[in-house]
Amino acid sequence: MIAGMWIRSTMAYRASFAMTTFGNFSATLLDFVAIMLMFSRVDTLGGWSLPEVAFLYGLSGTAFGLADLLIGSMERLGRRVRDGTLDTLLVRPAPVLAQVAADQFALRRLGRVVQGLLVLGWALTRLDVTWTPVKLLLMPVMAVSGCGIFCAVFVAGAAFQFLAQDASEVQNAFTYGGTTLLQYPPTVFAKELVRGVTFVLPLAFVNWLPATYVLGRPYPLDLPRWTAFAPPLVAVACCALAGLAWRAGLRSYRSTGS
Amino acid sequence: MSAGRLYVAVAAGGFRRYATYRTATAAGVFTNTVFGLILVYTYRALWDERPHLGGWDQAQVMTYVWLGQALLAALAIGGGGIENELMERIRTGDVAIDLYRPADLQLWWLATDLGRAFFQLLGRGLVPFVVGALCFPVYLPRDVGTWAAFLVAVLLAMLVGFGIRYLVALSAFWLLDGQGVTQMSWLAGFFCSGMLLPLNVFPGALGAVVRVLPWSSLLQAPAQILLGHGDPLGTYVFQGAWAVVLLGAGRLVQSAATRRVVVQGG
Repeated sequence: MIAGMWIRSTMAYRASFAMTTFGNFSATLLDFVAIMLMFSRVDTLGGWSLPEVAFLYGLSGTAFGLADLLIGSMERLGRRVRDGTLDTLLVRPAPVLAQVAADQFALRRLGRVVQGLLVLGWALTRLDVTWTPVKLLLMPVMAVSGCGIFCAVFVAGAAFQFLAQDASEVQNAFTYGGTTLLQYPPTVFAKELVRGVTFVLPLAFVNWLPATYVLGRPYPLDLPRWTAFAPPLVAVACCALAGLAWRAGLRSYRSTGS
Repeated sequence: MSAGRLYVAVAAGGFRRYATYRTATAAGVFTNTVFGLILVYTYRALWDERPHLGGWDQAQVMTYVWLGQALLAALAIGGGGIENELMERIRTGDVAIDLYRPADLQLWWLATDLGRAFFQLLGRGLVPFVVGALCFPVYLPRDVGTWAAFLVAVLLAMLVGFGIRYLVALSAFWLLDGQGVTQMSWLAGFFCSGMLLPLNVFPGALGAVVRVLPWSSLLQAPAQILLGHGDPLGTYVFQGAWAVVLLGAGRLVQSAATRRVVVQGG
């Protein structure tokens, strides 16, 4: 309902809506243009071809775009804690998490999802993959689990903002930084970094692991093959942990009283 | 108070104001370092494939990455300078108060932005750069002259950056809602300044075009000098010319805005 309200409010200024949606679309598009420019100078990056990198990019972009569309407004929480307007959400008879997520719900973020899907579609036409039912089924599973993992990162980041109200940029490092990282093949990065985003902050399950299965490439860190099918479990676990962090954060909340 | 001292005081105020956001600064340092790390590895993969791409070796590229992270906030390449505040003041009509001040609107905001830029350079730029220089095999010039020449280019970059963003902010006199323009401006800034990919890696005609646009003054120009690839004098002329053009345009737009536009009351 709150989301619906925000959609109606943006639709009041259709031109502005079109412009910002297009802006969101092109903002992410430029990332891909940069990758294409890189490939105008080389044939492979970390041993991966352009369609393969585009496949990673499209998956990461779609999953992140969906999460951003659903609860991207979470990054605004720090400001609400600072200026005390979080209090109005606390007294309403609805879950605070849902309210914060729907707060300033911006349909323009659809631009990001569309761009991710377009790149993914282009990659699929160029990839040389022998498709099996399992691989096909894995695609929507990847998108949904990836979205779940990114949602967990958003919620955990928001929970952290209860403690450090001014530090919303730290969240950007994990959300935007995370999706940028996943746009490149795991072979590009140092082993420790890959270990970190596999075992500590399990971003590797968004696209790296399932994508290596689909593309038939060697697994990063010599992980067992079944890890490609772990994303749903990882997503559920992440969301549960993020939910706990959120409740702890909310309990520690002291209003500014202004 | 003489005009010169007034603007120095305004700049000092800008510096101090940003210095109060300590957690935000620390968060920014962290984020810049993380993004620097990601870029280091992707560029390294690129240069592994094509050594000496764009005339740089790997060590020079590493320096470029950390320089980009160091200058990002100072030059407000991704936005976040004083222009948001100025736009808000134009939208609400508070700008009328600024116009009544016995100071020039453009110089006042330039001084504030320079104060902000100096703080961001020290507060948010230095740490990622030092961390990067300690953890990766970077290229650093050994002679003081190159560093001095580089700092002059950074100063000119601050003027050009302000020139662009002042024009963006003034568009609010006509558009009121500056969101779209701000977004377009940071897209252009990010892409054309070399934040996404060094401009000397851009192929062919596209590369030739982006290198003459004003945004190349922001990151690429100081970087070329620091990496020993730019002729300082030629670079200064290029940056200076863009600064004069942009600040001059800002002045024209400003006078048009104050003459013709009715300030919003409220």
